[in-house]
Amino acid sequence: MRNKRLNIFLMAVGCLAVSVPLLAHHGAAGYDMDKELVMKGTVTEWLWANPHCFLKYDSKDDAGNLSHWAVEVSNPTDMTKRGWSRQSLKPGDEVTVTVRPAKNGAPIGQLLKVVLPNGQTLIGWNTVVR
Amino acid sequence: MPKRYVNSVIGVVAVLALCLGTRAQTAPPKQPGVAKSHRAAPAPRRDLSGIWDVEDTMEGISPRGVKSHAPFTAWGADVASNLYKPGDGPRRVPIGLVNDPLDSCDPAGFPRNLLFELRPFQVVQTPNQVLMLYQYQRVWRVIWKDGRELPKDPDPQWYGYSVGKWADDYIFVVETVGMDERTWLDNAGNPHSSELRVEERYHRVNQDTMELTVKIDDPKAYTEPWLARDRIHLKLQPANSNYMEMICAPSEAEEYKKGIASPLSK
Repeated sequence: MRNKRLNIFLMAVGCLAVSVPLLAHHGAAGYDMDKELVMKGTVTEWLWANPHCFLKYDSKDDAGNLSHWAVEVSNPTDMTKRGWSRQSLKPGDEVTVTVRPAKNGAPIGQLLKVVLPNGQTLIGWNTVVR
Repeated sequence: MPKRYVNSVIGVVAVLALCLGTRAQTAPPKQPGVAKSHRAAPAPRRDLSGIWDVEDTMEGISPRGVKSHAPFTAWGADVASNLYKPGDGPRRVPIGLVNDPLDSCDPAGFPRNLLFELRPFQVVQTPNQVLMLYQYQRVWRVIWKDGRELPKDPDPQWYGYSVGKWADDYIFVVETVGMDERTWLDNAGNPHSSELRVEERYHRVNQDTMELTVKIDDPKAYTEPWLARDRIHLKLQPANSNYMEMICAPSEAEEYKKGIASPLSK
């Protein structure tokens, strides 16, 4: 019985893992699917638009070097279903983001998760929700 | 009847009505499982009206294009291999090389709007027309059902020219010609020519469900007719559903290109 439950759990996790990612018109080939970065940042802009919403933020590494990041999620229709809105983020917000970075090393990525200043977590790009 | 009895009856009815009303307002929302188990009412006769959405999100969005297609002709193979550079599907190229017309906000056109990003759409019936109002790109199609013929040599249009008729009380068949050759068939860069003829079959299975089949007949691009959608399931949505705009605005697309797509392709 216990094994059966474990199997069902593992299958569910598996389904979530493969239901991943699409970039509406151009796949996800530019991103490193095996890598995830977690960093703290300050929001500079939140663009709520088609074809994809995206977040710009500044982040400093351990040596104090500042990077300007831009990370994308899906379109407003899909993100609304995941609980996001035009007001989810605003310039100056201190956030913790989890991103799947670009393969070419540019400060670009897919936004997988963001923790807002109030502690709320919003899920970005890793599942398709209807 | 004595007046006091009449007043009592009115009072009881009012209390009952109030209780039922309160119950309706406070009843918990139906769980998906419960909704699924109920038996749908029979299909209404000759009626597709309502808001419809694809049951399986990913099947509707179809980012990787159609599941399969008939073999290309030489013309079709040449266009697919040498001209169209899709960002997804088996012939996908790096993002910087993609030349998908959607990226610059050109219209998806027909039938790409049925084969990619098929999102909620509303069907409105008038005596002479069936109107299809699509959420994606906020466009609509007019399907004439007044018995007119399709145009013989039409000027191309992004969404072509459509006529429809009832094959029986529950199947509505639409024929479309005159599509603009600049549009792609799907997200994988499968082409079509100006000779394309599309047949859509909308089968109202019951009150809540409709099946859509899309047949592609394009002798210039494919060696034989084939089904691009085969009885895809559409579910009737609540009549008060309110869908968001989903418009590709060139200024927003440019912002995305500058902020994400260009640096990603370097």
